[in-house]
Amino acid sequence: MPLTGLEIYKLLPQTNCKDCSYPTCLAFAMKLAAKQVELKDCPHVSEEAAGKLAAASAPPIRLVELSGGNGKLQVGNETVLFRHEKTFYHKPGLFLRVKAADDVEKIKALVSEASAYQVDYVGITLALDGFAIDSDGSDASSFAAAVAAAQSATQKPLILLALEPALAKAGLEAAQGKRPLLYAAEADTASEMAALAKEHHVPLVAKAGTLEALAELTQKLTDAGLEDIVLDPQIEGFHEGLERLTAIRRLAIKSNFRPLGFPVITFPGRDGAQDGSLLAAQHIAKYAGFIVVESFDPAALYPLMVLRENIYTDPQKPIQVQPGLYEINSPDDKAPVMVTTNFSITYFSVANEVESSGWPAWLLVADAEGMSVLTAWAAGNFDADRIAKAVKNFGTEEKVAHRRLIIPGQVAVLSGELEEELPGWEIMVGPREAVDISGYLKAMWS
Amino acid sequence: MTVEIPKEKWAGAVREVTLGATPDQGGSRTKTITVGGEACMPFLDFDGKTARPPVIGVEICDRKPADWSPLLYQAWGEAMDDPGAWAKAAEDAGADLIYLVLSLTTADGEPNTPDHARSALRKVLDACGLPVIVIGPGQAELDNELLVPVAEEGKGEKLVLGLCEDKNYRTIVAAAMANDQLVQSSTPMDVNLSKQLVILITDMGLPLERILMDPTTGALGYGIEYGYSVMERLRLAALQGDAMTQLPMVVTPGAETWKVKESKIGEGVPEGWGDWERRALEWEAITASSLIHAGADIVVVRHPETLRRLRAVTAELMQPVELV
Repeated sequence: MPLTGLEIYKLLPQTNCKDCSYPTCLAFAMKLAAKQVELKDCPHVSEEAAGKLAAASAPPIRLVELSGGNGKLQVGNETVLFRHEKTFYHKPGLFLRVKAADDVEKIKALVSEASAYQVDYVGITLALDGFAIDSDGSDASSFAAAVAAAQSATQKPLILLALEPALAKAGLEAAQGKRPLLYAAEADTASEMAALAKEHHVPLVAKAGTLEALAELTQKLTDAGLEDIVLDPQIEGFHEGLERLTAIRRLAIKSNFRPLGFPVITFPGRDGAQDGSLLAAQHIAKYAGFIVVESFDPAALYPLMVLRENIYTDPQKPIQVQPGLYEINSPDDKAPVMVTTNFSITYFSVANEVESSGWPAWLLVADAEGMSVLTAWAAGNFDADRIAKAVKNFGTEEKVAHRRLIIPGQVAVLSGELEEELPGWEIMVGPREAVDISGYLKAMWS
Repeated sequence: MTVEIPKEKWAGAVREVTLGATPDQGGSRTKTITVGGEACMPFLDFDGKTARPPVIGVEICDRKPADWSPLLYQAWGEAMDDPGAWAKAAEDAGADLIYLVLSLTTADGEPNTPDHARSALRKVLDACGLPVIVIGPGQAELDNELLVPVAEEGKGEKLVLGLCEDKNYRTIVAAAMANDQLVQSSTPMDVNLSKQLVILITDMGLPLERILMDPTTGALGYGIEYGYSVMERLRLAALQGDAMTQLPMVVTPGAETWKVKESKIGEGVPEGWGDWERRALEWEAITASSLIHAGADIVVVRHPETLRRLRAVTAELMQPVELV
């Protein structure tokens, strides 16, 4: 938790010497609290005070970075418990488990297919973030071979799942030059694993079954000089997982409890009896930093990746598109004009449907403050006045020879008012859902 | 090392609302369903108690709908031809309640009629023992025309009638008051609008114990984050003691997800979307489960497989756990 100006002031020399160029120590403290100056501008601050101030200004959840051939991933640095309080910043990394005991060719095939997998969602490219190479059942040389095989097939970062220090060493050597996440140090391997992580400059997971044991373990790793730590609280089910993940986030953010101020890794569905997708969905909404999934299944990954985008959307800034008159399928002056809002999910739902219907059309995107049709209408941001302005401002009357405007079915109630605002125009009420646009045009437009 | 989890001391709790009435209570249901009573953010036992698991309802229609996903026709089969058979099938599949949606038109394309609505409700009540929520077709005049006779037909059953919206709630609330029913208050994803409508409804004299709050939600990928955060904010307000937000929340992820392209359509979609049926089921289950985590007291779904998956999740969320 950041210190207030007054708390910082108490740690300063309080001599008002002006060497920092501010008139008083209090003025400097206020600037410091606002992060407008740096502590080193005060030449007289004591070492002890400097240490306290540095610790207090560190983020409550450490930012941890992994890198692969050219892909990078950052997680952590979160500041709130609920997204509406500000936003969630760093999306949890989704990693696919790859078994090192499998045949090298099989590993290469799986990793290249999953690494190339991507889906477009409202103009955003969704993809997996990397691969977790599981040493279970393999020896040092076959683990190293598996890591090398995976790296030959992807540029994305890796997680090395190796509880045995000897295996971890082999994996790290094979991943030389990259920055994988090493999994994991347990109470009895802490010093060996810490030494390996330090030598190879990689972040290390601390794994323990209770929060107390976990805090003790990270303390040990911190004492050994490690800074980049990830937590595995070994969560299993829905309830215990939710409470444990929430407790860790609260301890970090509300109590500034350093020993648990790190991102968390989870393995939803590791126990095959559980509903892995729904567990992963919980972990996305509730605070995981790295999520290792068990199988490469687009039908399950696509919805999870969409959920991750949705939860991590900044609530202050809905994703918007530029208002304007958009051309779809090269429309001419006889093509239909359809109006919608500039909320990007709305825009892309409508635009994709029109595009795939094959109809040339004009899509008139009104400025609705980035809200969806019904929400914008309820908030007064998508009314007859705004739609009429969009028709006029974006030169619709010059682009088309006809005077027929299709409005979303959900705002059918606007048609009367719109006919008054747009004399000479016929207002047609379109379908309520984008998926019905093609059918509607077939039936209603000639 | 001692680890002390920071706890919240909440001043308020969600009100308890009971749906349905058994024969000795003046109805004909084999059981009633109580929702609400939470004294913490969803399932966080260290702050307060979660009185009971969230309830899972199944949405059915008064006649076979024309535009549902083929996957849903496969799932329910011939039961969809008759609202009674459909309700019974939903009860057998393990539903806690029936969410009966009245159609805009009858099978021959004419506007739906009071007689048709009454008979659909009668069939549902006769065929199954679950509490029932009845939702109008969504056009103010027709909603009123159908829901008033429905309220009379189900007198004593403690039905929930909806949707009460800011532009049309008076007739529905009056019908609920005259026939001892409950109402569903529905507003478009906004904390203040939600409170406002609850105030207007209570101003008419309907007690808070007979109101469910429907904050509206979007499907995964289509605005779920708005509904999700509005629900979290409503629940936080309830726990902080704001009486007009202390009502159980009902949401309809089934209706939301099965109309989106990802669920409705199997052909001509990107390959990266994966297998259609499994994707569609994930879409409904992930949406519903996320809303349960945001504080939903009742989730209404369409597919029996989603019902089964959610049941396992809610059962587990109610298990006591050892922390620290």
